[in-house]
Amino acid sequence: MAQRPEKLILTPSQTAGPYVHIGLAPEACGIEDAPVATLGREIAGPGAKGERITVTGRVVDGGDLPLRDCLIETWQADASGIYSGHAGADPEVGGFGRIAADFGTGEFSFETIKPGAVSLGADRAVPPHISFWIFARGINHGLHTRMYFPEDDLSGDPLLGRIEHRDRIATMVAEATGPGEYRFEIRLQGPGETVFFDI
Amino acid sequence: MTGRLIPREAGIHPPAFTPTYKTSVLRSPQRALISFDSSPSEETGPTFGHVKLGALDNDLLLNYARPGASAIGERIIVHGRLLDENGRPIPGALIEIWQANAGGRYRHKKDGYLAALDPDFGGCGRTITGEDGSYAFRTVKPGAYPWPNGPNEWRPAHIHFSIFGHSFGQRLISQMYFEGDPLIARCPIAQTIPDKAALDRLIAGLDMSETKPMDAIAYRFDIVLRGHRQTLFENRPEGM
Repeated sequence: MAQRPEKLILTPSQTAGPYVHIGLAPEACGIEDAPVATLGREIAGPGAKGERITVTGRVVDGGDLPLRDCLIETWQADASGIYSGHAGADPEVGGFGRIAADFGTGEFSFETIKPGAVSLGADRAVPPHISFWIFARGINHGLHTRMYFPEDDLSGDPLLGRIEHRDRIATMVAEATGPGEYRFEIRLQGPGETVFFDI
Repeated sequence: MTGRLIPREAGIHPPAFTPTYKTSVLRSPQRALISFDSSPSEETGPTFGHVKLGALDNDLLLNYARPGASAIGERIIVHGRLLDENGRPIPGALIEIWQANAGGRYRHKKDGYLAALDPDFGGCGRTITGEDGSYAFRTVKPGAYPWPNGPNEWRPAHIHFSIFGHSFGQRLISQMYFEGDPLIARCPIAQTIPDKAALDRLIAGLDMSETKPMDAIAYRFDIVLRGHRQTLFENRPEGM
């Protein structure tokens, strides 16, 4: 019999469910004096280098209704394109955000700094982007996408370069709505469906 | 960060579209996921070593209770280890949990189930894994509860788990079930997982060796996240 590498079975994903806020954003669901403080409220501290920006948006389902019970986590580099915890990173940029959609409108909003391009070495870089991970009732496995910026040239992005349906790239580009203001709508299903990754 | 993430094995995680779990019908992408090799954006991730945990953050029996009181229900210890698929422990990682109380009622303004709230139970906790990847919580065993999916649908007793590894691409949210619960086989959410052996990984076993006599019964729940490939030859800068 051939040698067989021993691998453990991955723990499978399950939906976060409608009450995800209890564990991950307790103040959003009306728990006063929550036993644990909410994480990811400050993505970039007041002293962080770079352009301060606000991102708003919604996550919309296949029936064109916004998800009012979803949570979004974001992960990004600092203004120089360096991720927190790595040499030279801006200590004011934690880089991690956790944002609950509004229970009434489904709108989300967060403040941060615009990240820099992330070097891949060998003269290759990924244009500025914020990674998104979206989870909610009805989503069996968190959905991973990216938000890019409309003012940047994305033609050199080695990752986007491999997307065959070029018109889908626009689903990952935010809209500029004012100075330092961006809007990013995520469509889970149907026309204009956002690109989601398996990476 | 230690190199490229191993691609997710097919058939372990539930597919997005699982119509017997009705909410998934309109919340599932129809286009295929786009696959790439991971990049620094996925191979890095937040660390929470700086987060100052409260002494009771992993003790749901006491962390919402009034002075001198504790939560009502079956007192349990849930413990285990956080490993990657290569069997390596993942130390210093954040695990967060949330759950209903012993009667199946959540402390959430959207939960209108008629079972009562427990004034001494909040239902959330967190911890950071030890050097060997180990973690432990004290809590009450949650009750089953009904939900509007089919006409008479009941979730098995479960605890929600949110797990960070060391990279954003390892991020996982799942649910832990309890050994022997007859509702697991009837649950459309548990049954979104296509593979029986994979679903079994979500069922915590009774662990008498960690049970505290005259105090709390124990369940063991080990968690396995994606691993990283060993980097042999790659054209990448140091530290990326």
